[in-house]
Amino acid sequence: MEERKKTNIILFSGDYDKAMAAFIIANGAAAYDHDVTIFATFWGLNAFRKDEKMNVEKGKMEKMFGKMMPRGAENMGLSNMNFAGMGPKMIKKVMKKHQAMPLSDLIEMAQEQEVNMVACTMTMDLLGLQKEELIDGLEYGGVAAYLAEAEDGQVNLFI
Amino acid sequence: MNAQKVLDAKGLACPMPIVKTKKAMNDIDSGEVLEVHATDAGAKADLAAWTKSGGHEILEQNEEDGVLKFWIKKG
Repeated sequence: MEERKKTNIILFSGDYDKAMAAFIIANGAAAYDHDVTIFATFWGLNAFRKDEKMNVEKGKMEKMFGKMMPRGAENMGLSNMNFAGMGPKMIKKVMKKHQAMPLSDLIEMAQEQEVNMVACTMTMDLLGLQKEELIDGLEYGGVAAYLAEAEDGQVNLFI
Repeated sequence: MNAQKVLDAKGLACPMPIVKTKKAMNDIDSGEVLEVHATDAGAKADLAAWTKSGGHEILEQNEEDGVLKFWIKKG
């Protein structure tokens, strides 16, 4: 059997639309029989955040970060035309009309398709995000975990 | 054309037609034919690329009242 191709995506952005693009590519690549990995770092980690508030010990700064960042995929803003939260409402209406999948569904579909999801632990520390606050089924790693996949990947994207 | 399985992907947007086709393909055997119905305009290029990459073959395709139909033979 020939070796499976690999797609690796770094999700750096915490914008709803950019994360959608990342997960559409991830799902497409999984359908292409690639081994797919999404590495979330910095603001991209918010896509993996649970939408409920978790009870975890935090310092002052971390608490503030936690409050200011979107709690979960469906609370993320748009990279363009966000209009203080009106933009996401509008685009979700249009998406419904065109039967495009919301980001949370795309993430679920990716998990179903066995896309590996890795959270960057260094930026989790910086933003004060703890494992309990992120969705289940994630792996945790750093730059080496990414490079190990990327060096023999056919598709490598930074979003 | 005789298909072993029919997939209704009408109304679905990218990337679902490809994801569903891939799933449906797992249910049929090599040499058997999957019939796919889609309305996403991108499906034409997407399915052509996907079948080629997967070693499958599009035997026939047509378009009727905005519905794209494909007959894909599993490789």
